[in-house]
Amino acid sequence: MISTSHLLYWVLFPPLIGAFFNGVFSRHLSRRVVHWVGVGMPFISLLAVLTAVLRLTGMGHDASVTATLFPWITVGTLHIDFSLFLDPLSSVMTLVITFVGSFIHLYSMGYMEEDPGYARYFSHLNLFLFSMLLLVLGRSLPLLFIGWEGVGLCSYLLIGFWFDDTTKAKAGKKAFIVNRIGDFGFLLAMFLLAFVMKGDLSFPGIKAAVLAPGSYFHAHLGFVTLVTLLLFVGATGKSAQIPLYIWLPDAMAGPTPVSALIHAATMVTAGVYMIARLNFLYILSPTTMAVVAGIGALTALYAATIGIAQNDIKKVLAYSTISQLGYMFLAVGVGAFGAGVFHLMTHAFFKATLFLGAGAVIHAMHGEQNIWEMGGLRKHMPITNFAFLSATLAISGVPLFSGFFSKDDILYQAFTHRIVVNGHQVLPAWLFQLYWALGLIAAIITAFYMFRLYFVAFTGSLRSKTAHPHEVNWSMATTLIVLGTGSIVMGYVGMPIEKLNVFEHFLDPVFEASAPFIHSTGNPTTMWSLMGASVTAAGIGILLAWLMYAGAWRNFPQAFTTKCKHLYSLVFHKYYVDEIYGALVVRPLMWTRDVLHQVVDKGIIDNIFVNGSARFVDLVGRGIRIVANGDVQAYVAAFLLGALALILIIF
Amino acid sequence: MGVPLSYYIGLAVVLFTIGAIGVATRRNMLVVLMSLEIMMNSVNLVFISFARFRGDVGAHGIVFVVIAVAAAEVAVGLAIAIQIFKHNRSVNVDEADKLKY
Repeated sequence: MISTSHLLYWVLFPPLIGAFFNGVFSRHLSRRVVHWVGVGMPFISLLAVLTAVLRLTGMGHDASVTATLFPWITVGTLHIDFSLFLDPLSSVMTLVITFVGSFIHLYSMGYMEEDPGYARYFSHLNLFLFSMLLLVLGRSLPLLFIGWEGVGLCSYLLIGFWFDDTTKAKAGKKAFIVNRIGDFGFLLAMFLLAFVMKGDLSFPGIKAAVLAPGSYFHAHLGFVTLVTLLLFVGATGKSAQIPLYIWLPDAMAGPTPVSALIHAATMVTAGVYMIARLNFLYILSPTTMAVVAGIGALTALYAATIGIAQNDIKKVLAYSTISQLGYMFLAVGVGAFGAGVFHLMTHAFFKATLFLGAGAVIHAMHGEQNIWEMGGLRKHMPITNFAFLSATLAISGVPLFSGFFSKDDILYQAFTHRIVVNGHQVLPAWLFQLYWALGLIAAIITAFYMFRLYFVAFTGSLRSKTAHPHEVNWSMATTLIVLGTGSIVMGYVGMPIEKLNVFEHFLDPVFEASAPFIHSTGNPTTMWSLMGASVTAAGIGILLAWLMYAGAWRNFPQAFTTKCKHLYSLVFHKYYVDEIYGALVVRPLMWTRDVLHQVVDKGIIDNIFVNGSARFVDLVGRGIRIVANGDVQAYVAAFLLGALALILIIF
Repeated sequence: MGVPLSYYIGLAVVLFTIGAIGVATRRNMLVVLMSLEIMMNSVNLVFISFARFRGDVGAHGIVFVVIAVAAAEVAVGLAIAIQIFKHNRSVNVDEADKLKY
C-alpha cells in the first residue's frame, strides 16, 4: 500500500522517466518499445492520480496532501522546499492533464506512425506532461515557475519538431520568445512577493499571510495590484491573451496531437490555474480583477472574429482556443473561479477532441489543411465525424453538451457578480454587464465559425480531386471516441442546480478565502433568462452558419467578401497585428541590436577593451625593449645603481 | 689586540667594489666571471670577520654554502662561456645578446 503522499511521486515521475528513457536511448529502440514506454508512463500517472484523488475525496472537506521531496533552496530566510501539493484544484488539473494527455499519447501512436523522429517525439511529449504536472502539483510559486518554464521549453521543442522546415522552426522560436516576455512579469512579481513574504513563497504560506489580521497585503493594495498585474502579464503570455496571444496561431506548425495537448488542453490553461490558485490575492485588488476580466472578454470576442475568416482548419481552432481562454479569464476576473476552472476542464475535452479530429482529417487528406479542399467527410470518416460534431456542439454552447454548462455558468456569473470590499461595491454594475454582453456576442460568433468549419469540411461533397479520405486506425479512433464522449458528458458534473453541482462544491475549499468579497445578485429568474439568451446566441450562430454554408444563403459569403473587401482583408490578415508588432517591437529591437553590435560590441568592447588592452601591452613592450637590449653588463650596472640607491634611502 | 674589525670590512668593501666594477665594465666573459668570484669572496670575508669578532660559528655554515654554490656557478658559467665561444668565436659579452628576442 503506497501512502497518499508517495502516490504524488507516482503521478509526477513516470513521464519524466519516460522522457529520459526515450530521449537517451532513442537510437537503439524499436518503435514498439518507444510507444510502450512513451504511452505507458502517462497511463501510470493517470492511475496514480485517480487513486490519489479518490483517497483525497475520502478525507473530507478542506483536505490536502503534501509530499516534500527535499529542501531545494535555503538562503538566509528564503526557504523553498521541493514539495508537491494535492488539493481539490490541483486534483482537477492533474485529472484533466493525465486523462486528456494519456489519450493524446495513445492517439499519437497512430498519427506519428511513419515519422522518423518517433522516439524524440514521445520523449518531448512525456517531458511536457511532466512539466505540466509539476506546474499544477508544485506547492510554491518557484516550483510552479519551473513547470511554467518547462512547458514553455517543451512547446518550443514540439512546435519546432519538424525543424528542418524554417517556418516551423521560426514558429517555435516565436512561441518561446513571446512566452519569455510574459515570464519576465511573472519573475518580477515573484521577487516582489519574496521580499514581503520574507522568503516563504508556498501557496499555503501566502494564503496565511494574506488572511492574517493586519496583514501587509490589506494595508498595501497598490502593491497587491502591482504583483497581481505582473503575474497576469505572465498569464497573458502563457495563456495567449491580448496582447501576447500572437504565438498561439503560429504554434499550429507542430504536429497536430501537440496542438491538442499543449495549445488546447493543458499548457495554455496554466494562466487560469495560476489565478485560480492565487484567488485570495487577486480578489484583494478590484483593479486587477477588472483588468483580467476585461482582457478576457475582449480576447474572447476579438479572437472569435478572426476565426470567421480563416481557411486553415487548425488556424480556426487556434483562434477558437484563444477565444475560449478569454472566457476563462473573464470568469476568474469576475470572481467566478469555480466556473473558470470548470470551463477549463470542459474545454480541455472538447478542444482536444476538435484538434484530434482535425488531425484525423489532415491525416486522411494527406496533409491538406485548407477546409475548402475538404467536404463531405461525414460519409468517409464516421467516427471522426461523431467526435468532431459533439465537440463542435459543445464549444458552441448547445444545451446538454459540456460547453453549454460551463460557458453559461461563466456568463451568468459575469452578469450577476459584484465585488464587495468592506461592504462597499467597488466596481460599477455596468462593467459586469458589459463583460457579459461581450461574452454573449463572442458566443454567437463562436457558434457561427465552428459550424462554418463543420459544414464546409464535413458536409456536402469532397472538393479535392486528389485526396482519398479514409477512417483512422484503432489508436486514433479509441481516443476520438473517448474524448468525444467526454465532450458530451463532462458538463454534467457541474450542472447549474445547487445540489447537483458536484464540481464547484468540490472546489469550494480552495476559493473560500475569496468568497466574502463576491456578492451575487442572481436569482432563479435571472438564471433562466440568461440561459435563454445563451441558447438563443448559440442558435443564431448555428442557423447563420447553416444558411450561409449549407443552406439558402450560399452565395452570401462570396458576395460579402467582394463587397466589403477591406473589412474582409482586415479580418483575414488578423487585423495586421503581427505586422504592427513587427513594426513597433521587432524592428526597433533589430535596430537596437545593430547599434549594439556595431557601436558597443565592435566599437567599444572589441576595439577599446579587447584589442585596446593588447595594443597597450604591445606598446609598453616596445618601450621596454629599448632598455632590455641583452647587454648583461648594463643590467648589472643598473642593478648596482639600484642597490646603491636603496642603501642611500635606508640610511 | 689583533687587527680591528673595520680593517676587515674595509678590505671587503674594496674587494667588492673592484669585483662590481669588473663585472660591469670588462668585456671578456672570463674576466667577468673572475670579478664575480672576487665579489663573492669579499662577502665571505665579511661573514667570517663578523663570526670571529662575535664568537659565533653560524656564519661559517653560510660561507661553506656560498663556496659550494660558487663552485657550481663556475662550472655552469664556464660551460656557457665555452658554448658562446663555439658559437661566436669570441668571449666578448657585448656580442652575446642573441637571446633577447
